[in-house]
Amino acid sequence: MDTAPADDRPDDQRQQVRSSYAEVQASAEFGELRGAHRSFAFPLTIAFVSWYLLYVLLSNYAGDFMGAKVVGHVNVALVFGLAQFLTTFLIAWWYSRHAATKLDPRAEAIKSRMEERS
Amino acid sequence: MSFQQLAAESASDNRPLIITLFAVFVLATLGITVWAGRQTKDANDFYAGGRQFSGFQNGLAISGDYMSAASFLGIAGAIALSGYDGFLYSIGFLVAWLVALLLVAEPLRNSGRYTMGDVLAYRMRQRPVRTAAGVSTIVVSIFYLLAQMAGAGVLVSLLLGITSEAGKILIVVLVGVVMMLYVTIGGMKGTTWVQMVKAVLLIAGTLLITFLVLLKFNFNISDLLGEAAKNSGIGESFLEPGLKYGLNATTKLDFISLGIALVLGTAGLPHILIRFYTVPTAQAARKSVNWAIGIIGVFYLMTIALGFGAAALLDRDAIIASNKSGNTAAPLLAEEIGGGPDSTGGAILLAVISAVAFATILAVVAGLTLASSSSFAHDLYANVIRKGKATQKEEISAARWATVGIGTVAVVLGVFARDLNVAGLVALAFAVAASANLPTILYSLFWKRFTTQGALWSIYGGLISSVFLVLFSPVVSGKETSMFPDVDFHWFPLENPGLISIPLGFLLGWLGTLVSKEQPDKDKYAELEVRSLTGHGAH
Repeated sequence: MDTAPADDRPDDQRQQVRSSYAEVQASAEFGELRGAHRSFAFPLTIAFVSWYLLYVLLSNYAGDFMGAKVVGHVNVALVFGLAQFLTTFLIAWWYSRHAATKLDPRAEAIKSRMEERS
Repeated sequence: MSFQQLAAESASDNRPLIITLFAVFVLATLGITVWAGRQTKDANDFYAGGRQFSGFQNGLAISGDYMSAASFLGIAGAIALSGYDGFLYSIGFLVAWLVALLLVAEPLRNSGRYTMGDVLAYRMRQRPVRTAAGVSTIVVSIFYLLAQMAGAGVLVSLLLGITSEAGKILIVVLVGVVMMLYVTIGGMKGTTWVQMVKAVLLIAGTLLITFLVLLKFNFNISDLLGEAAKNSGIGESFLEPGLKYGLNATTKLDFISLGIALVLGTAGLPHILIRFYTVPTAQAARKSVNWAIGIIGVFYLMTIALGFGAAALLDRDAIIASNKSGNTAAPLLAEEIGGGPDSTGGAILLAVISAVAFATILAVVAGLTLASSSSFAHDLYANVIRKGKATQKEEISAARWATVGIGTVAVVLGVFARDLNVAGLVALAFAVAASANLPTILYSLFWKRFTTQGALWSIYGGLISSVFLVLFSPVVSGKETSMFPDVDFHWFPLENPGLISIPLGFLLGWLGTLVSKEQPDKDKYAELEVRSLTGHGAH
């Protein structure tokens, strides 16, 4: 059982399908889809991982700052931790909106064209 | 009268109630499992639950799969004893989901079929990479299983007042048998429904305790924190980072190591990844991660009330006396908040929360066993041993036998692991997953030049280095809290190996690719990239 779809096709047909994948991969339309995903997901990943690491490093090496009181017994560390929750929710929402408007329509168009052809 | 005697006595008073609740949960879920088993007809049903779950259902099941004994018992205990430092677990466990959402969930759903190995081996030579993926899946799952079994042992000895070795072993065996029944009979469908039921129970139970704790403090969080700081006997520094990890330069490095392992581990956990195959499309996979982030996020917010509530309302020495690493803080808090050890309210809440914790463990253990037995059957048996010539029936039958085998291993290890820190153990599984699996997943999906040799170096390098470092860490030997406290062969100073092994996994994948003689399979990469982004040809 291979990972490729419909393995029971004869070899020449399989070769055809594979070269059509290479064609699609090289097309401008697919380039746009890939670009729309990577240019959004990669920088955002670097951003939220850095933001999280900032929190970890501050906890370690900026004890006085993190221990400063904000309101009552609530200190900067707790606010920082809660901010991580908030940014996680916001990034999830933001990515999903991006995916629904910029990725899904492009992906759907390419997919249905490929299905028509085969 | 010592606290332990008290706990044992109050537990023995409630024993019928607790056993009844446990039994109701086990019987109800076994009923669901049998029902699901009747609808499990082919490999697609067994491995992927027929791929017909909705985004919301899968989000609930992911939450049930993810919020383990580590999240519930472990984090509550870590906060109750180490204050703010315990809260890092909650934050890391949640933020980690963004890696899964942005980079892994959708491409994996589009291009894989049943296991993590499907995606890892997609562009590569099948047999060596599938072997590596299968081995890594089983090792990560066993680390994780160990933590759950330790949690089960701790919980049951507290609740049922079972102190004899034979009694504890019997309980671990019982957990093992129930989990094997879930997986062999119900497959992915049964496991998914058990996880959904458990998620609802866990959220409801945690909401109830959180509400009651906050009610005690008139919903004033500042007062709750202040009382926790005072009652812990530690003062304001209880609320600040550094109580556990701020001691010296080494513990600070350990904190960074733990932080990195948590945030990068989730997207490499096989039992989480296979959940994405249970929905029909990439959009549904995205939706399920969003639901999971919402549900898990709310749950982790409530760990503040659980952990600091336990610190505020319970005697610190009593928490430690009950379990050295605080694993029983949540059920003890439930008992206290219900009116104390001698009250009916306390007895009922303790029983309810314990049953919830028991359900939590069973559901997670089932997910882990399913992931490892699926990988054994699909990656190792069907594709490597039988070279793709096994029938569906043979493959499923191999998965069922693997379930029995892995369940047995888990039971044997669980008997030995009872006294270990549950959240810390799970963090080790995260470190191994982030070192061995995540680099290859990301390189495979996004790096054109990546080769079979790169994948093998990365998987084996990350796997061996992380397990090796754990073996020679204070987790295993040399400390009072170690697995073997009486011997000392540790030389690696950190408890979590992530700081070294995760960069090493990424580095080896890159290096192995650069020095490999074979060219990457361009056509296969085109196929993977087009399929993963468009959903064309998705199973």
